[in-house]
Amino acid sequence: MDGFRIPIGQHVDSLVDGLQEHVGFVFDWINDVVYATVMGIESVLLGIPFIVFVVITALIAWKLAGKGVALFAIIGFLLVNNIGLWQPAMQTLSLVLTAEIITLLVGLPLGIIIAKHKGLDNSVRPVLDLMQTMPAFVYLIPAVMFFSLGRVPGVMATIIFSMPPMIRLTSLGIKQVPNDLVEAGHAFGCTPYQLLVKVELPHALTTIMAGVNQSIMLALSMVVIAAMIGAGGLGSMVLRGVQRVNIGLGFESGLAVVILAIFLDRITQGLGKKKQEF
Amino acid sequence: MDHKVVVENLVKIFGKNPSRGVELLQQGVAKDEILSSAKLTIGVADVSFHVDAGEIFVVMGLSGSGKSTLLRCLNRLHEPTAGKIVIDGEDITAMTRPALREFRRTKIGMVFQNFALYPNRTILDNVAFGLEIRGVEKDARQKIAQETIELVGLDGWENQYPSELSGGMQQRVGLARALALDPDILLMDEPFSALDPLIRKEMQEELLRLQEKMNKTIIFITHDLDEALSLGDRIAIMKDGWVVQLGTAEEILNNPEDEYVVKFTEDVDRSKILIAESVMHKPLAVALLEKDGVNVILRKIDKHGLSSILVVDGTHRVVGGLHPEDLVRAKKEGLSIKDIPVHEVSQTLLSTPLRSLLEMSSDTAFPLAVVDEDQKLVGVIARSHMLAALARRGVI
Repeated sequence: MDGFRIPIGQHVDSLVDGLQEHVGFVFDWINDVVYATVMGIESVLLGIPFIVFVVITALIAWKLAGKGVALFAIIGFLLVNNIGLWQPAMQTLSLVLTAEIITLLVGLPLGIIIAKHKGLDNSVRPVLDLMQTMPAFVYLIPAVMFFSLGRVPGVMATIIFSMPPMIRLTSLGIKQVPNDLVEAGHAFGCTPYQLLVKVELPHALTTIMAGVNQSIMLALSMVVIAAMIGAGGLGSMVLRGVQRVNIGLGFESGLAVVILAIFLDRITQGLGKKKQEF
Repeated sequence: MDHKVVVENLVKIFGKNPSRGVELLQQGVAKDEILSSAKLTIGVADVSFHVDAGEIFVVMGLSGSGKSTLLRCLNRLHEPTAGKIVIDGEDITAMTRPALREFRRTKIGMVFQNFALYPNRTILDNVAFGLEIRGVEKDARQKIAQETIELVGLDGWENQYPSELSGGMQQRVGLARALALDPDILLMDEPFSALDPLIRKEMQEELLRLQEKMNKTIIFITHDLDEALSLGDRIAIMKDGWVVQLGTAEEILNNPEDEYVVKFTEDVDRSKILIAESVMHKPLAVALLEKDGVNVILRKIDKHGLSSILVVDGTHRVVGGLHPEDLVRAKKEGLSIKDIPVHEVSQTLLSTPLRSLLEMSSDTAFPLAVVDEDQKLVGVIARSHMLAALARRGVI
């Protein structure tokens, strides 16, 4: 037994190397798309006047989650602006939004496919377990190797981290559609697509929205960690606070993260509930 | 005339390699044995029947008898393992997927036990669902849906959601959703079983009322013999995947073919507890043996429009019955009441079950006399009363 060790690490290294060498153009393309999305959203968020942003978000909050959350948004964002963290907060928000858009685009169809194929479900589940339980920092390494430093690897690491609940809850929502509703759909002559769009998705929407909520929350926590590879935003302020043992800065930027988190959580929850009130 | 629906040797077996099960069935192996030896569940075992256009065909059986499976084979929600289903001359089992969808969208509607309404759709959109799937334009389908909602008596509710409606109303929506397609055939899978007895009765009557207007071919599943008897033009009783008896309500009640059916029909009586007292009427008039003359009795008969009259003595005990013809003859010939024949009348106690009365009263022109313990007349039961009472309870 002496000295023998299964070289998992080496294999992963060579896999990453091989991918970079042979399909590097794919990563370049992903890099370009993600970068353009992040910067686009960021420039919009920072481009509109602060007060307009506050009014719009307060209105959204009011519509989806009620007066309390609207008031919270106004006070919270005014506070974030006041302590000079507006720009990093918007950078963080744009990272989260980009990651969430991609998570939705990939996770929703994947969740649906998994719900429809039991065999696939069994093989995907351990992968999702792995994605969720692997320490978040580990994702930073391949992200850096494929996309170097900056916002894009930050978004990619965030996507991997926040994808599982989106897939799981979509799949769960579809599977939970009562059998008799599906049967009725068939009895009235639905095509598979009609069944999905007219029966299954509307019924699963609440659960799917819970998935969106969960993945946004995870994305927000990951985006802070991703500051370690230069993703920027509030995370980098937290990091700076830690490195310089600056408790004040650390707490302020942490508070800004919390305000963003609560705002996003209440809004996505409200979206789910809104749809539930048939 | 050709039959609307013809089912020939239909078999549905669940499990892997079901064709093995078909062989075992043909060899006459029992259901339990096939389950234990081949791990196959027999849903429907070699069933053949036909349904005519405009008929209400009821399939009755306990849970696990295969009745729902049979119904689901008719629109291929379950794929039949073997056999043929021919509807309007077309073999359903041979249809391609697109042809099957078209068939489901236009020809065959289905109503479910637990309503299966879409909770996130309004009543209007629920009823319009089938038309939406068929691709009917929004305005057109909402117009049809609205008309159908009115047909089932739910106008005013179209913008509510299913959860806001009672069970009976929800099933009206379920019915409307199927009817909106204007299908030839309605499949109804225990549609009223989830409703409480009063509402169930009301829905049965509603269905019969609608059926008079629409004249659909209805295949109706139930585990309730009362329901089967009051709705079905013909009834098939299923057990363990087989049809054990098929016939009209009367045929099944009068001549139950095996123990299983007997048990069912016995249950009906026990659940009904119809006794003489519950269906008797107060006699409109009686002839008093000691007091009344021929003319008085004839006046009584005339006044109440009777076809015969019972004669009682001074203590109100039944002596017998008189025919009007005999009285008329007596009047002409100047005879007294003592000179005309008094016919024997069947008497029964208040607590006698109705079922045994049915046989007693069928061979006499007089109503049954219901008497108390002292033999005093307390009521009469005309044969027509008895039938009406049974019909009200859904036995005939």
